[in-house]
Amino acid sequence: MTRLIGSSVLFILALATPGWAQTNDSCVTCHASLDGALAQPAKDYVSDVHHQAGLSCADCHGGNPKDDSMDAMSPAKGFRGAPDKSKVPEFCGRCHSDGAYMRRYNPKLRTDQLSEYLTSVHGQRLKHGDPKVAACVDCHGVHNILAVADSRAPVFPTNVATTCSRCHSDSKLMAEYKIPTDQAAHYEKSVHAKILAGGDTSAPTCTTCHGNHGATPPGVTSVANVCGTCHVFFVQLFQKSPHGPAFEKMGLPGCVQCHSNHEIVKPSDEWVGVGSKSVCISCHVEGDAGYASAKKISDELAQLDHSQKRAEDILSTAERKGMEVSNAHLELAQANENIVKARVAVHTLDPVEVGKLTDPGMKFSATAYEAGVAALRESNMRRKGLGLALIFIVIAIAGLYLKIREMESKPQK
Amino acid sequence: MSSILARIIQWFDDRFGTATLKEFLRHKTIPLHRHTVWYYFGGMTLFLFIIQVLTGILLLLYYRPTPNDAFESVQYVMTQVRFGWLIRSVHSWSANLMIFTASVHMFSVYFLKAYRKPRELTWVTGMLLFFIVLGFGFTGYLLPWNTLAYFATKVGTQMGGSVPVVGKWLLIFLRGGDEVTGATLTRFFGFHVAVLPGLATMMLAAHLLLVQRLGMSVPPSVEKRIAEGKETSKIMPFFPNFLLRDMIGWYAALGVLGALAAIFPWELGTKADPFAPAPAGIRPEWYFLFMFQTLKLLPSRVLFLDGEFAGILAFSLAGAIWVAIPFIDRKVGFSRATRIFTGLGIFALGYIIMMSALVFK
Repeated sequence: MTRLIGSSVLFILALATPGWAQTNDSCVTCHASLDGALAQPAKDYVSDVHHQAGLSCADCHGGNPKDDSMDAMSPAKGFRGAPDKSKVPEFCGRCHSDGAYMRRYNPKLRTDQLSEYLTSVHGQRLKHGDPKVAACVDCHGVHNILAVADSRAPVFPTNVATTCSRCHSDSKLMAEYKIPTDQAAHYEKSVHAKILAGGDTSAPTCTTCHGNHGATPPGVTSVANVCGTCHVFFVQLFQKSPHGPAFEKMGLPGCVQCHSNHEIVKPSDEWVGVGSKSVCISCHVEGDAGYASAKKISDELAQLDHSQKRAEDILSTAERKGMEVSNAHLELAQANENIVKARVAVHTLDPVEVGKLTDPGMKFSATAYEAGVAALRESNMRRKGLGLALIFIVIAIAGLYLKIREMESKPQK
Repeated sequence: MSSILARIIQWFDDRFGTATLKEFLRHKTIPLHRHTVWYYFGGMTLFLFIIQVLTGILLLLYYRPTPNDAFESVQYVMTQVRFGWLIRSVHSWSANLMIFTASVHMFSVYFLKAYRKPRELTWVTGMLLFFIVLGFGFTGYLLPWNTLAYFATKVGTQMGGSVPVVGKWLLIFLRGGDEVTGATLTRFFGFHVAVLPGLATMMLAAHLLLVQRLGMSVPPSVEKRIAEGKETSKIMPFFPNFLLRDMIGWYAALGVLGALAAIFPWELGTKADPFAPAPAGIRPEWYFLFMFQTLKLLPSRVLFLDGEFAGILAFSLAGAIWVAIPFIDRKVGFSRATRIFTGLGIFALGYIIMMSALVFK
């Protein structure tokens, strides 16, 4: 009788549990009826990607979900329970490192996460008994794991910086490791963060440069390689430039030396040259070859930029006056293309290479400017022509008016 | 010298009978009263039509009606051809002014009841001319093959597709297929430079012939005042008095056209890209705005009819009634001005202005 009542209660509880209404999983029915932390897994797991793939609690934790008694959680029945923090990577890796098993659910998913994790700083420290470092569940969640492509997932590109900063911005936690905690604040100001916030999920976030499962800070010598995964051409030019071997010799971290690491803001032409905002003068001084090159490159860029803006201004004035200057805009587009390429060529640090792009750019913008001047001249001519025509028209109207008056003032025959 | 001129005139007179024309002109008169000013709008519309013909012929020298060349050829006219910008801008501005003066002419004729017996056919030919002018506007708008024109034509022909009964057929006929393509451009070009000018010439001849045959109508209100002895019947010789006044208006129109062309040259925009999404805020020319706005405001279903279909059906009926007004409003005689029809005209005018203004809200 007691069994009958117990079974009935469990059945009713099962029906009352959202998302599990049809289950006959004793883990769920029992945990759903409990309070607090013991009930949470049953609630969370409803939206978990593993649940949606048809996996049950027992697939991770073992035990017998068909047994309604406490025997279900008997180690004799294969119950593994909740793993210790140090065992979490292997716990998840039991399936996620098994290519044959993973193919049944998601053939595209990589199965090297565990081996990568073990090479990471997190993995290394965990291995050496530090339970405070991040393991799988710290980033992905425990019972509410969402697919990486799910925009609500903590590891979705737009959420990664927040997920990492949960620990890396915690000064108390990081003090022990002597790691700064301002990376996320710096990153938020970067051009990468702004692009990502704009909805471009291909823009870099923490894991793009540091790796995700194998997270580790890029070494001085590998910075250029890391940046070069996206900015290929810039890195090629840099490595061929006088800076390439010199930086390597001096142990300077490539791109980061001028562009910073986390706070990578949009560069401006003022960074090149010998002005107060120049990054060149942090190493070069007046009289050395680098100083002279920086000045020359800066002058080339400034001239083209000025010439292009001047052409833009005159063309928009001409357009406001209704002039058709679309051909001149094509010239201007060429000038713009040249200045963009010249800004890339700055990484050669060679004024001659930069000049090969700025010189034709100057010609394009000069042609566009001249077209603008001609359009304004033409517009003025039109207005003068109009004035002259209107004078003739007014004279003709006045003549007609006088003729009518003269005609109608005579007595009718 | 004067004898040579006299001999030349005589030579022409012997062959064409110019003396008859002179005689006709000497006897042709225009009624003179407080509404005479409205008579000038017909002549003004005719003047602008002549400008359209002349500038249109000049544009034809350079225009190429294919999707690959149309935009570039107009761009060439605007930038490379000497005074091409003036010709094209005058053509575009004059088209708009002509539709405006034609509208003023139509409403003035309506409100002054000039369509009453025996001038029913003058009204009908005038209305048909007005529709032809709108057709000129609609077909000419696409010819530069720019983005705005392309999408406005898409919307416009789509509206044509909602015409009761013949909609689908009309859509295919206008577009030369299911979509607005090069076939549509060729077709519109053909309509614009051959079909419509032919129809317009015939209708204009009929309209002018009727105007000459029947003379200018005197509004019923003026006729009444004359009958009551409150006003005397006055006339003005057409030649040269009225014609000289007409010419003042034409010169003024020429000045306005020149000023608009020089200060606000007609924009060319960007070349149409059929694969690009329609730009935001696309709308037809100002004279179709009231229809566009009405169709936009209509719900998807009106009674048992599709909303757009119901709108087009209503406009088709209203247009048909408007053309047939002289045969419906038969009591517009000397003493029985029918106020209902005047009210209808005021409503139509108010509706057109209000709906057009709503587009810019």
